[in-house]
Order: sequence, then C-alpha cells, then structure tokens
Amino acid sequence: MSTTLSSPNLELLQEQENADNKVFGFWIYLMTDAIIFGTFFAVFVVLLKNTTHGHTPQSLFDLSNAFIETVALLTSSLTCGFAMLTLKQGRIKQTILLLILTFILGGIFLALEIKEFLSFIEIGATPQSSGFLSGFFSLVGLHGVHLSIGMIWMIVMMLQLATKGATLAVTTRLKLFSLFWHFLDIIWICIFSVVYLMGVSL
Amino acid sequence: MFGNLTIDSIPWNEPIPLAAFGVIILIVLAVLATITFTKRWGWLWTNWLTTTDHKKIGIIYIIVAIIMLIRGFADAIMMRTQLALASTGDQVGYLPPEHYDQIFSAHGVIMIFFMATPFIIGLMNIVVPLQVGKRDVAFPTLNAVSIWLTVAGAILINLSLGIGEFARTGWVAYAPLSEKLYSPSVGVDYYIWSLQVSGLGTTFAAINMFVTILRGRARGMKLFDMPLFTWSTLCTSVLIMAVFPILTATMILLALDRYLGFEIFTNTLGGGNQMMYVNLIWAWGHPEVYILILPAFGIYSEIVSTFSRKYLFGYKALVWAIIAILFMSLTVWLHHFFTMGAGVNVNAFFGITTMFIAIPTGVKVFNWLFTIYGGRVKMDVPMLWAIGFLILFVLGGMTGVMLAIPGVNYSVHNTEFVVAHFHNTIIPGVVFGVLAGYNFWFPKVFGFRLHKGWGYTTFWLWFIGFIVAFAPLYLAGFDGMPRRISQNVDLRYGPYLVVAWVGAVLIFFGIVAIIVQLFVSIAQRHKLQDVTGDPWDGRTLEWSIASPPPSYNFAVIPAVDEPDLFWKQKQEGTAYPENKQYQDIYMPKNTALGFVAGGVLAGLLSFTLVWSIWWLAIIFFGVAILLWIIDSFKDHEEICIPKEEVEKTDLAFLEKVKQFNMPQGGRE
Repeated sequence: MSTTLSSPNLELLQEQENADNKVFGFWIYLMTDAIIFGTFFAVFVVLLKNTTHGHTPQSLFDLSNAFIETVALLTSSLTCGFAMLTLKQGRIKQTILLLILTFILGGIFLALEIKEFLSFIEIGATPQSSGFLSGFFSLVGLHGVHLSIGMIWMIVMMLQLATKGATLAVTTRLKLFSLFWHFLDIIWICIFSVVYLMGVSL
Repeated sequence: MFGNLTIDSIPWNEPIPLAAFGVIILIVLAVLATITFTKRWGWLWTNWLTTTDHKKIGIIYIIVAIIMLIRGFADAIMMRTQLALASTGDQVGYLPPEHYDQIFSAHGVIMIFFMATPFIIGLMNIVVPLQVGKRDVAFPTLNAVSIWLTVAGAILINLSLGIGEFARTGWVAYAPLSEKLYSPSVGVDYYIWSLQVSGLGTTFAAINMFVTILRGRARGMKLFDMPLFTWSTLCTSVLIMAVFPILTATMILLALDRYLGFEIFTNTLGGGNQMMYVNLIWAWGHPEVYILILPAFGIYSEIVSTFSRKYLFGYKALVWAIIAILFMSLTVWLHHFFTMGAGVNVNAFFGITTMFIAIPTGVKVFNWLFTIYGGRVKMDVPMLWAIGFLILFVLGGMTGVMLAIPGVNYSVHNTEFVVAHFHNTIIPGVVFGVLAGYNFWFPKVFGFRLHKGWGYTTFWLWFIGFIVAFAPLYLAGFDGMPRRISQNVDLRYGPYLVVAWVGAVLIFFGIVAIIVQLFVSIAQRHKLQDVTGDPWDGRTLEWSIASPPPSYNFAVIPAVDEPDLFWKQKQEGTAYPENKQYQDIYMPKNTALGFVAGGVLAGLLSFTLVWSIWWLAIIFFGVAILLWIIDSFKDHEEICIPKEEVEKTDLAFLEKVKQFNMPQGGRE
C-alpha cells in the first residue's frame, strides 16, 4: 500500500474513527440483543404460572447453585475488566492470563448451568413438559448460547493477542468483547432476580 | 441422510407451482449461461459480489426488490383471477384452497420483506451517505453481509415454490395454526428461516445507517441540517432496531415449538399461550408498516421540495412529526386484533392511540401541500408520483381511522375492507414512494435519466389500476365479503371481483411499463445523459457531485450548515467551488466475506434447517463461523486513491459543468 508523505495521519485518523464507530455500533447491536432478551423475559413471565400441575419453580430451583453461578460470572466480569486495564497499560501477557481466568470462570458457569439443565431433564422437568419450563429453558438457554459464543470469541482474542499483539484492530475487538461480556453479566443479574428469586417466592 | 427432504418433496402432481418453478429455474440457468459465455464471472465477482461500495450494494437491493415485485405480483394476479372465477360461474376456479392459502401467505411475505424492505434499504444505501457527505457507510463489510443475507432469504422463500411448499398461515403466521400440530409440513419452516435470515440483514442495515448518520455527517451538519430523507432513515433505523429483535425472538420461539416440541405458543394442555404470539408478532408488525412508510415520507419530502423549487414548508414540524410517529407507532399494535377479546378498556386505549397517530401524519400532508402551494411547480415523473400519493394515501389514512374505532372494526374486520385499507396505504404510500425515488435518484446512480414518457405511462397505469383494483374491495368489504376465501364466493360479490381483476391487469401493465421504461432508457442513455450531476435542479448534497459519483463520492467533503445547502449555494453563485485542498482518499477493499458467509453459507444453512438436515446444518454453520474467524486474523487493508487522481477527476467534472454553462439557482 502506498502512503504519500503528506497524509499518513489521515489514514490513522480514519482508522481511529472506524474503531470508535465499531464500539458505538456494537453497543447499538447489544441494545437490539437486549430487546431479544426482553422478549424472552416477557415470555417467561407470562408462562411462569403455566406449570400444568407439574414441576413448579419452588420445587425445582436450587438457589445455592444459581448463587455459585452468579458469583462465578460476576467474578469473570471483574477479571475481564482487569484484562482491559492491563491491555491499556500494554501488559499483554497479563491480559492473556486474565482472559484465561475469565475463560475458566465462564466455563465453571456454563458447566453448572448444563448440570442444572441435565438434572431437571433427569427428573422429567423437560422443556416440553410445561409452558413454564419452555420459558425457563429458552430464556436461560439463550443466555447460555450467548455465553458459549463469548467463550469462543475469548479463545480467538487470546490467539490474536499472542500472534499479533495489541494492534488497533485487536484492541478494538477486545473492547467489543468486554462490552459483550459485561452485557451478559447484566442479563444474568436480571435472570437471577426474575427467574430464580421471583420464581421461588411465588 | 437428507432429513425430511425426499424426491417426493417436489410437488410433481401440482402443475402450477411446478411450471412456475421450472420457468424460474430456466431463467436462472439462462442468466448463468449468459454470464459464462460472455466470460463475465470475474467481472461479476470483483464488481458486484464482493463489493463494499454502498451505491452498488444499493443497486443490488433494488434489483432484488424489482424481481420480487414481479414474483409477488404473479401471486396477486393469480389470486384475483381465482376470486373472479370463484365468484362467477362454477365458483370453483383453478386454484385448490391449499394452494391459494400458500399464495396469499407468500404474496404478503414477499411484498413486505423482499420487495418493499429491500427497495427502501437500497435507496437508503445509495442516498444517505451522499446526503450526509460521507464516502461510504460506517461499516462497509457489514453492509455486504446485510445485502447477501437478504438475497439468501429471498432465494429461500422462492425455493418453497418447487421444493416442498410454503406456509398456509397468512403473512403473520398466527399460532397455533403455525404450530406443528396444524401445519405439519415445511411451509412454516420456510417462513421462519427466510424471515430470520433477511430480518438479520435488515437489522444490520439499520445499525449501519444509524451509525453512519449519527457519526458520519459532514463538517458542520447538525441534526436539523439533515435532509428529510436522511431524517426519515434515521427514525426508521431506530424503529427497525427496536422491533426487528422482537420478530427474531418470536421466530426463535416458534422454531423451538416446532422443532423441539416446546410449549410456548401452543394451545394444547402443555401451558403455551397463543395470544402471546399474536401480541408479539404485531408488536413487531405494526411498527413494521411505519418502517416502510417513513422513508417513503422522506422521499416525497425531497421530491415535493425539489419540484416546487421551494424550501420545505415547516421543515421542523415535519421532522418532529416523523419522530412522533416513530414513538407512537410502538403503542398501537393491538388494533390488529380488537375482536380477540381484550376487553372494552384495552380496545378503547388502543383505538385512541391509533387515532392519535393520524395527527402527525396529517401534519405532514399539510406540510407537503403548503410546500406545493405558492411554489413554481415543475411537473416530472417523480412529482407526479408524489401528487398521486397525496390524493390516494389520504383516503387510505382515513379508512385507517375508521378501522381504529373498535365498534366499526367489529363489523368490518376480516373482510375485504381491511385488505383494501392496507393496500391503500402500502401501494400509494410505499410503492409509489419507492418508484418516485427510483425515478428521482436513478440519474444520480447511472448517469442518465429514465425515460419520461414511459414514466408517465407507468404512473397512470398504476394510479388508475390501483383505484380500479381496490375501490371495489372497499365495497365488497362493506358488503361483508370475508378475506382469505377462495372457493364458493357469494355470487353477489362477482361484479366487484371482476372489476378488481381488471384493475390488477392494469397494474400488470404498469409493471411491464417499469421494465420497458428501464430498457428504453438504457437504449437512449446518450440522449438522456445527465452531464452536470444535477438533472432536477436539486437542493441537497447528492446533486452537487458527478453522476454517477466516483467510488469515494466527494473529492473534498463540504462543510454544511443547512439542509438545502446546494440550492443556496447555487443561488449565491458559490456552488461547484474550485481550488479545493485535495487529499489522498482511503477506501475499504472488497471482501468475499459478505457473499460467502452472509449469502451462500447462510442460505444453505437455512435451507438445511428447513428440511432438518442437521449434520449439514452444523457443517455450514461451523464453516461460516470459521471463515469469520479467519477473516478477523487478516490485516485490515485499504485502497489508497492518490490525490492527483482525485484532483484530475474532480477538475474534469467541474469543466463539464462549466461547459454546460448552467445558470445557477432556480433555472427555468
């Protein structure tokens, strides 16, 4: 690519602007995603009492499991935040380490969630058995799918950090990733409150 | 091995869809053969399939829209013919009910999702960056992904013609009819995935437009300096981002019901709630019609102002009216099902909100009328469409207010009156709008105008055809004729339906005229050439540059301080400034990602999902994700256009303008 002497800054400026646009655009995307989640929440709440004389939230939910999940996910958000701080300071090794930690915590969360799902299915509380359970599995499952995508994204980002270093493109993508991860955290807080806490208190 | 897909999935014993599908296949083969024999594959790949140029992407959107207009109209004329036959004589007609049901569902889905939406997004793509003084949209690669997702969805829905069948549920696929129990075939699955794929494309396009407008405007351009079309695009984008996720979510949930036996919208004893589906689909569906009409309002505003050679009357009022509609459109969805037992108070609430939304719309109509009033109106094709719109759309709006009264709604709901009403808003509103915009901006994109005589012919065929086709349906509706029936229609509706058929035939010639106009214009392109880039004596930035614009649009991005900047400059004699400070321009490189991952793989993925070919679906999905990841490892590269070249091109353009010796400002 040819760059003339007069305008190397122009290209740099344009790239910086593009990077800022990406962060803004991704944030907008997250808002649309929030509406998808909002719809799923609404569906869950509408279907909450349609237990068809089967399993109820009170009989199913294990709050201590949900609590450990919450702790794991919130901590992973913390480590993700630290990863971004170290990235800002240019300490890439620490960034990767913190991302690995984030990955492990996310993995713990996912494992616990899958375990919960399997334990429900084992006792016959399948998503097909009632409106309430359909709503539950689709809402919590949607969050789980998002989280899995986040895990894959994290692996890609660690590889890019290791091979390419903290270029503008990689840093921008990490910013997007951290937005995504914190967003999932907020959604989970809503799930913990609306699904689990509200569910058992009915 | 291939899920539910077998050789018997092709409707061998149904001659009509089979023949139609055969013709489509032949046309596609002919196109592919032409490309191969003229050795155009390389050209096609570099210039169109991998392009990130917003103008070219816009053109692809509009080509898709026009092809789908023909497909959707084929459905329409089949229905009209069937109804004309079924209400006279033997009352059977030629279409069996199960086929007729697919046709009216496909007609609605295709016209809304694959005709109106792509047409509008195509115009936005072409015009908005030019109006806000930008070289491209904010995310060119994402733009390529959006268009190919839309194309994939369009191809998928057309596959349903010859492989399997389409939904028999109507265009909003109410549960529980769309559940597996009542619609066991793949029809609804085609519906789900074609909407899902193209809906994703639409959402991405909206995010793109939103960021482009909010962060990409030329120096000095405040929000209230934006042209009306840009304003309406901004508001439409917000509306798309607010409601398309609801559609995505609803389709995911319906798919869970159908594929995995969930109990979300069912009415069996599993505890699903089918009214929730109706609420969700209309929480998306009503704003959707405003998503279509708001950009059309923007187009009319540009045209009325340009051809009346006058500042738009009440620019700010018009903008606020659009913003008001944006929010109010989110509060009216329940008027689509007043009769479903929501209760008096709820119905009254939604009846009133629906009537309220007519107020900002009325404000706009007066804005346009007062712009024309006292203006020096120059008649041309776009202006004629705008005037046709003003006359007919007001009628459609008034029948809408009638339907907003729950009491009236009870007596005419589910009749042809409703059919006449929404066609009366969508055809003179949206279709006239996009055709006006097509005639208006065509010279900007291709460098020559469309043929005026054929433009007028098109208009009159559509205008009269529309009245003849839909006025009888109002009457039939008042007389109680139910919609969505196909056999044994009461003989007293016969005369109405025959007249409506004649109207449909007129519209058919209107569509033929669009095609003829295009070919005649191409043949006479030298005669119709637009030398100055300003064929209409325009007002906004897009007319200040060459037609067609260079890939980077603006040699130097102008400073803007009012909506009709170019008009003002022409009057002050400061248009076409010389001695600009030229600089190198960096433009994004082509990318295959949009076409391969967004088009081919998403299309194949959705097809395998329709037929439950899980192993292939997993492969296609995995490959798409993998391509995305590999692409992200590549270094971002841009093409540099050296300033010498920019300068040369720009000076050549300015020279041409001078030669043309255009009197500046308000030339007669």
